[in-house]
Amino acid sequence: MAKFAKKKDGDLPAVSTASLPDIVFMLLFFFMTVTTMKDSSIMVENNLPTANQTKKLEKKDRIIYIFAGKPTREYQNVYGTETRIQLNDKFANVGDVGSYILEERAKKPQELQNVLTTALKVDSDANMGLISDIKLELRKVNALKVNYTTSEGDAFNNLN
Amino acid sequence: MPINNQVPEVNAGSMADIAFLLLIFFLVTTTLETDEGLNRLLPPDQDIPEIVVHERNVFRVQLNDANQLLVEGEVLELADLKHRTTAFLDNGGIIKGAADYCDYCKGDRASDSSDNPHKAIIYLEHTRATSYGTYIAVQNELVAAYNGLRNRESLNAFGEGYVAMEQRFYDEKTTPTEKEILKKQIKQIQGLFPQKIIESNANENNNPHEKI
Repeated sequence: MAKFAKKKDGDLPAVSTASLPDIVFMLLFFFMTVTTMKDSSIMVENNLPTANQTKKLEKKDRIIYIFAGKPTREYQNVYGTETRIQLNDKFANVGDVGSYILEERAKKPQELQNVLTTALKVDSDANMGLISDIKLELRKVNALKVNYTTSEGDAFNNLN
Repeated sequence: MPINNQVPEVNAGSMADIAFLLLIFFLVTTTLETDEGLNRLLPPDQDIPEIVVHERNVFRVQLNDANQLLVEGEVLELADLKHRTTAFLDNGGIIKGAADYCDYCKGDRASDSSDNPHKAIIYLEHTRATSYGTYIAVQNELVAAYNGLRNRESLNAFGEGYVAMEQRFYDEKTTPTEKEILKKQIKQIQGLFPQKIIESNANENNNPHEKI
């Protein structure tokens, strides 16, 4: 009768971790496909305004970014709290926008140079004077396609 | 001594750690795609010939320093802007029988509002101190008015909303032949309600770059 030895209770079998790599790899591939590389670190506050009548910017290689907003806290003692423009990784003045656009345009392949869009990523607290100045500069270099980048949401959230 | 022919199994215990390391690397260096927004085409930087437009065909939207909204001379809440804009665009005030009579308009046909959607122009004015958020909210409402009207016509003509058609057009899965058809349909609807928004240049107040 000793053949049917009573199992010791209170001794749980260890959970198999053999499938853990598979799960992690799945997550990894998910993030690799869904996300894109950061190409510049943002040095300005960038709370984009919300809108719901938006269109997607599909092709990343056809976009030139211009950031604007108040410098983040770490830059505030150097650059102050006024709204500033950020081009690539540098703070810039309105006058630099034109040459920046031309420079970026020259970097793109020939066939894309006419279909570029300028994405304005501007903090919702910025004032329109700066935007007008940027738009004027863009018109000077004939970069007429503009996208006011927004985040998804109700437009009424922008009013405070 | 017995010879061991079997290749020893590689220990896969650290695989998870390696994968975790990669995962964290990608989490840190990448961002989720958040790029969408309102597309606009700026006017070219050249002298624009003066055009004469009737006052009734112009819908004035003004924003002041305090982000208050003035529409056609009266203070308005942002929530009412879409409704007012739709009424203006859809008015079709020209008398029946005239050459450019708007037969698809469903508005009031008031004589002091726009003649037809082709002539209707929205004139957006703002000051240097207007906040960008408010400006985007107004732009969004104006686009919403156009999209609403285009949706209506598109549903009538093709049984599919305008916004849905546009989405399908930009979808990568759509075949080229389908795209060709969609493009034609989108163009047709856009032709019914062309988007005409003029903005003033905030630098030279009272001197818009496109004269009305």
